Amino acid sequence: MFDQHMICEDTVANVAENGAAIGFSFGARLPYYRGLGLSMVEDVAVTLDGEAIPREAVRLTLRGRTWTLDEMENEHGDRWNFGEVATVTVLQDGGLSAGEHRLELAERMRISYLPFVPTTRCVKTISLAA
Amino acid sequence: MTGTIKRGVSLYSFQNETFLGKMTLEDFIRTCAEMGATGIEVIGEQTFWGWPEQPVPENKITDWHALMTKYGTVPVAHDAMLDYKRYNGRVMALDEQVASMKRDIDFAAALGMRFVRSLVSVSPEVLVASAPHAEEKGIKILLEVHAPLHFDHPWIVRHAEAYEKSGSGALGFLPDMGMFLHRFPPVWKERFIRNGAPRHIADYIEKAYEDRTLSEYIVMNVREMGGEGAAMAMAETLRHNAAYEPKRMLDFMGRIHNVHGKFYEMTEDLVEPSIPYDEIVQVLKQGGYSGYICSEYEGNRWIEDAHPVESVEQVRRQQAMLARLIDEPVATTNSSARAA
Repeated sequence: MFDQHMICEDTVANVAENGAAIGFSFGARLPYYRGLGLSMVEDVAVTLDGEAIPREAVRLTLRGRTWTLDEMENEHGDRWNFGEVATVTVLQDGGLSAGEHRLELAERMRISYLPFVPTTRCVKTISLAA
Repeated sequence: MTGTIKRGVSLYSFQNETFLGKMTLEDFIRTCAEMGATGIEVIGEQTFWGWPEQPVPENKITDWHALMTKYGTVPVAHDAMLDYKRYNGRVMALDEQVASMKRDIDFAAALGMRFVRSLVSVSPEVLVASAPHAEEKGIKILLEVHAPLHFDHPWIVRHAEAYEKSGSGALGFLPDMGMFLHRFPPVWKERFIRNGAPRHIADYIEKAYEDRTLSEYIVMNVREMGGEGAAMAMAETLRHNAAYEPKRMLDFMGRIHNVHGKFYEMTEDLVEPSIPYDEIVQVLKQGGYSGYICSEYEGNRWIEDAHPVESVEQVRRQQAMLARLIDEPVATTNSSARAA
């Protein structure tokens, strides 16, 4: 559920450091009727134009705090709230080139009471102005 | 006994509006009050950001009570989520689970709730060990009996036996009416067709369900009809749903203190096509039930790809139906034979 709301497509932007683009970021939500403690968010997998981004290159930011996906596995004091828009950052030299891109997001959640581990996907065509 | 059943709403019903930030907590409470649904149930973590990883600020609790006073509504239940798989690679130990349950009991008490909803997968040992704390706080812990589980399932029987053995009045049940799925929901069928299930297979599944065919036979037949993807997914919903009998609640009435009025769709003429609310309300009356039926709209996920989600209108229709059914006199036609 809420699949089409996982990627907030209007928020895609390059991330600059010292004048150089070091990656790109976008707003993202969890596709569920709950939020989830960060230790239970098993994966936030990003695919750009058909190419999988390495897990190590992904960061998640909530209310000013940033985690790697491995750090999130041991974070028991914070959560990605219901409907809350997190910032997903992909570290990639040069960031995103101008023009259209196909952005795919797959989130895997460990839900204690479900007899399976759900992964929900969202695909959006995004456009970055030159 | 007529008229003693009370109407409420679980704010779960408005998850679409909550998620997208279209309505506020005050909007929801006012909306429920306007419908005459005075009981309010929440999934604590949905309504109060941060919970349970972080405590809920005192001013949020104060605001909650102010809303209850302003609109004349009553806190009914906090639905707890015991995330016993919180730690990577291990399930929480009994004492950790009990500690988690106690925190939810304290939170429920702070909100003025009468009940904590426990997920059905929580073990009887955890609930029995939490019962003294619940008693102290004036809270009852209710196990949500939810499809595919039902009142004759050994897991629920085990819970019932443990509650009796404990002697605690703070343990009970909260049946979810989705377990009485008497017809395949039309909104499910149409979604599976949009997802690619061939209509003739969808028609077959709907008919086979109405015939009460064993789900495993339906799954096999759909595979033999060439079903794949969405068609198989549609068939497999029957492994998790069934048309259990509302009258099975009668044996457990002494421990049923809240009811989830699950529904997938309310039509314009105020009918839930898949769940027999007329029969359900009759059984509850027969059992002398005097608690709340809290609306639980779960249609959004089945229509959001193709239709606007109108949770408020859907809940309004269900509340109108419940009001009518609750006011109807108790059926006198061989109701005792039905209970036997």
